[in-house]
Amino acid sequence: MAQEYRIVLANAGKIDPASLDDYLNAGGYKSLEKARAMAPKEVIELVRNSKLRGRGGAGFNAGMKWGFVPESAPVTYVVCNLDEGEPGTYKDRTIVENDPHLLLEGMAICAHAIRSKQGYIYCRGEYPYVVEHLNRAIAQAKQRGVLGDFDIEVRMGGGAYVCGEETALIESIEGHRGEPRFKPPFPGVAGLWGKPTVVNNVETFANLPAIIKNGAEWFASIGSPSYPGTKVFTLTGDVVNRRAFEVPTNTTIRELIFDLGGGIPNGKRFKAVQIGGTSGAFIPEHLLDTPLDFDSMRNAGVTLGTGAVFVMDETRDIVDVVTRIAKFFEHESCGKCNPCREGTFRSYELMKKINAGQATPDDVQKLTTLSKVMTKACLCGLGQAAPTPILTTLEHFRDDYQRRLLAAIS
Amino acid sequence: MDIGAVLAKYRDKPGGLIEAYHAIQKELNYIPREAVLEAARVFGVSEAQAYGVATFYSYLSVEKRGKYIIRMCESAPCHVAGADEVLKALEDTLGIKVGQTTPDGKFTLELTECVGQCQETPVITINSVPYPNMSPDKIASVLAQCT
Amino acid sequence: MIRLTINGREVEVPRGSTLLEACQMHGIEIPTLCYDPDLRLAGSCRMCIVECQNRPLYLAACVAPAEEGMVIETHSPGIIEARKVILELLAARHDFSCQTCDKNGDCKFQDYCYEYGIKESRFQDGGRHIYTVDDPNPFLERDYNKCIMCTRCVRACEEITVARAINVEHRGHHAKIATAFDGYLEDSPCVFCGQCIMVCPTGALTSKVSAGKGRAFEVDRVLTTCTYCGTGCTLELNVKDDRVVGVSSNRDENWSPVNKGALCVKGRFGWDFINSPDRLTTPLIKENGEFREASWDEALDLVARRLQEVKDQYGPDSLAFFSSARVTNEENYLAQKFTRAVLGTNNVDHCARL
Repeated sequence: MAQEYRIVLANAGKIDPASLDDYLNAGGYKSLEKARAMAPKEVIELVRNSKLRGRGGAGFNAGMKWGFVPESAPVTYVVCNLDEGEPGTYKDRTIVENDPHLLLEGMAICAHAIRSKQGYIYCRGEYPYVVEHLNRAIAQAKQRGVLGDFDIEVRMGGGAYVCGEETALIESIEGHRGEPRFKPPFPGVAGLWGKPTVVNNVETFANLPAIIKNGAEWFASIGSPSYPGTKVFTLTGDVVNRRAFEVPTNTTIRELIFDLGGGIPNGKRFKAVQIGGTSGAFIPEHLLDTPLDFDSMRNAGVTLGTGAVFVMDETRDIVDVVTRIAKFFEHESCGKCNPCREGTFRSYELMKKINAGQATPDDVQKLTTLSKVMTKACLCGLGQAAPTPILTTLEHFRDDYQRRLLAAIS
Repeated sequence: MDIGAVLAKYRDKPGGLIEAYHAIQKELNYIPREAVLEAARVFGVSEAQAYGVATFYSYLSVEKRGKYIIRMCESAPCHVAGADEVLKALEDTLGIKVGQTTPDGKFTLELTECVGQCQETPVITINSVPYPNMSPDKIASVLAQCT
Repeated sequence: MIRLTINGREVEVPRGSTLLEACQMHGIEIPTLCYDPDLRLAGSCRMCIVECQNRPLYLAACVAPAEEGMVIETHSPGIIEARKVILELLAARHDFSCQTCDKNGDCKFQDYCYEYGIKESRFQDGGRHIYTVDDPNPFLERDYNKCIMCTRCVRACEEITVARAINVEHRGHHAKIATAFDGYLEDSPCVFCGQCIMVCPTGALTSKVSAGKGRAFEVDRVLTTCTYCGTGCTLELNVKDDRVVGVSSNRDENWSPVNKGALCVKGRFGWDFINSPDRLTTPLIKENGEFREASWDEALDLVARRLQEVKDQYGPDSLAFFSSARVTNEENYLAQKFTRAVLGTNNVDHCARL
């Protein structure tokens, strides 16, 4: 029976999130002290050896990412991505609502490693209450002096999913339209206001205090070796326990949904699960024993993404859900690059046609061709991932499409 | 509301244009034309750029809106949980369609993508406060709280 | 120098080159729509995508740095397919009225549709957004039914002219190039320089003054210098049937060192006086209070004779020469040379000094 293992949610429900004293009494800010006694290089080395990989979706080794920041850079920034726009995802909100100082401490550890004096938390516009909550925590931390000379400012997004992409996020902090930049240069070299910048997800930062405290080997030994540690998953849809779970990364999808999640309600049967948010793959029953780590998921042809787990029972209409998802991307495309701006719009059009029972196999072929081009040709991750639900459902739930068409798919 | 005074508070904040827009919208529920033009001047960007920023973000509006902005989440988890029924009930109760404001200027109804409360779907927000586990029969009592 | 392989050929390029530059240096054509060597890079049209071995994603050649050992294919089947899809997506939003378009034959989008065989789009089932063509200014036609959102106009307005009149507004498929509040150009900081026309790769932005008067393949382009001021901008007069029908930019730095093709409203749009019946085309000599037409020889002889007489009778300092800002620098140079060396006086001045 799979069990939770809490690192980033260790304090959740145990301390008063509004109380800095509670956090300090639970050993808070000790790791920052410890990190500050180390040379920045040593901190980066430790984080790299822990094999902590970004929890925002791309799964890049965090220590390696920090290592791109030139040591000689006089000004550097630490940016926390709290844009959490993937539908079905509420893990970062859960972490911050329960333990805001854990995030601040994690960011301060990173700041020490890259010699940064200024941090930004980019919080999605849908969470104004989280912004207030964080501002209170920052004020407490400043008053108590625990952050030293590292300052953190919270910036609020404006309802643009694309701003979860790190360069679009940077553009938005700079007060611009949230259009992604081309890479290279990567933010580690030229990010916020052209200065070297580390952008990490809330969950990534929140792992740092425990890693500093317990060491790289401790962390590397938890869960799957290539993507160690825990991962917070947020369950939604047709599952009994709809809440956040933090589990070791070698937990399988099946264990998460059926052991922890309590299975499908009302005696219905499982049909599909979409993991990683609305840009994630639809996973059929035969892949449920895949472990929830980045590489195992990728090897199974699916994505880990942000950790959203959207469960659908046997009564759910896959084509209808994917049509809805196609509308999401049509709405959220920033419009900068051609294949995404026009492609998301036309994908939605074609999905609507299929969903309405008016499409031919030729339309499905068009949609497939378009989707495959988008995955390779779009400028940023939004356009590259937007076709994933379409392509994976066409692969695993082809019959659902077939039933909607005017003629048979050849 | 003194738009100039609000903008002035953010003048020295690098990239503070969006923060300033949020502050204006918090008071007025939208960003009036003169605020866009004044923001362009204060932040040293072109009027076209200030307008381009204001129209990029779906939570910013350059159109006048009601006192209470009701947003119905229509992302996939809310969609399968019955968002369409809740939306229809909202439209029927308010007597307006999505994108419209009631004649008395009290309510504006909008669609939104995920608001991050997917543990209790479907969700609406009223002036950004989430109301989870919505159903058509709860609408009257939720709206009654808006005075 | 770094070495990489492009289409099976090993090539050398200077470190810091983009893949597009690397291809251009070695004569490999890469299609581009948003790329403009004089503007900040966008990397957004994705026409220049190429395939790189061991990279899962296509690289946009205009922004991707060439790296040692890269193995690049610029025209693989996958790339051709992707470019076709991109063109079809653009075609689906584009008003294909090439027959009556002023840019027919001088349109990058048309060229690529031809090259990649895009006769129609697979993606236009749902139709396209119809934009009203309505901007009452006398110079610039803005037809966003032909816009492909390359944003070169926005960048040219910002970076070359610094008028910053336009930007992208809204987002996604609703994104559009517009002034603040999507108004008319005359209510914006637009100075009607037409740099946006210069960089537009389609017929979205054209000259109202030249509309219907002659397409690129019908006109001779005569390189000349603008006569409106002493800046000396190079421009090309577009001539059809011995009449000037428009002005185009020559962006080649060797030919257009002063302005690299950039012009002002007068230079770009103010050429209709050339064919005006009111224009003087011969010298006039005033006799008994009346002007009469004269030949250049007669007129110049008269002027020379009278100048000589005045100089002989009253001395050279009784003469003065006023030149005009509306001739070239070279002509102004000649004017002062003539005044000093031929007339023998330093009484030379210029209207722009006032």
